[in-house]
Amino acid sequence: MKFGIVVSEGPYTHQASDTAYNFAKAALEGGHEVPRVFFYHDGVNVGTRLSIPPQDERNIQQNWTALAAEHNVDLVICIAAAQRRGLLDENEASRQGKDANNIAEGFRISGLGQLIEMGIQTDRLMTFGD
Amino acid sequence: MSEVKKFLYVNRKAPYGTIYALEALEVVLIGAAFDQDVSLAFLDDGVFQLAKGQNTKGVGIKNFSPTFRALGDYEVTKLYVEKESLDERGLTLDDLLAVTYEDEDDDYEEKPSIRLVSRAEMADLMSTQDVILSF
Repeated sequence: MKFGIVVSEGPYTHQASDTAYNFAKAALEGGHEVPRVFFYHDGVNVGTRLSIPPQDERNIQQNWTALAAEHNVDLVICIAAAQRRGLLDENEASRQGKDANNIAEGFRISGLGQLIEMGIQTDRLMTFGD
Repeated sequence: MSEVKKFLYVNRKAPYGTIYALEALEVVLIGAAFDQDVSLAFLDDGVFQLAKGQNTKGVGIKNFSPTFRALGDYEVTKLYVEKESLDERGLTLDDLLAVTYEDEDDDYEEKPSIRLVSRAEMADLMSTQDVILSF
């Protein structure tokens, strides 16, 4: 089965991104497809490469980056939600005249159309949120 | 993209206090370009999103409720409001915005977009959808 996943809460404060990760991993290991994960609301904060959790805790961003590399999952961060919350890739930083970018490897910034498209193209859309 | 799916956007939260309602509406507006079968559901505190006479000056947050009245222009014409949620909050249909659309299959007659449904009918509606996005 083809699953689309939405992560709608931020990392560490909420368990949503952990549960979404565990679900995606289990689905992929079980032979299902997870072509895309869409990060919305505070979920966009999962995609910053500047978070530094304590060493004895899981690193949520690195977990996703590794999963995406291994299984070719498209990790999409909503641009409108990202701009409100200070998540920028190199292009956006330069376009908006900002002095830094912070997107982690394996993530990309794109529009809400990617969320709708995911709903159309997958068999099930799962939201992990509050 | 020939396949048409039934999309239901479920609004459960008050319009201000958290950003969910505003960002849900942003999804609806973008999603309208995809020519899918779109419905919106309002339940729990989500019914407050449609309350008329909203004034957000005191909280310094943009009042986005006028956008609901423009949904008809985006061919988003089905706004299901749960009656029990209204009752529990002392609201009636008269307290809600007059959201309408022009029915192109009926000589562009102006019709109400808001449809009052019971909790049981809301459950039935959800069970017939392909994609449910809950906010």
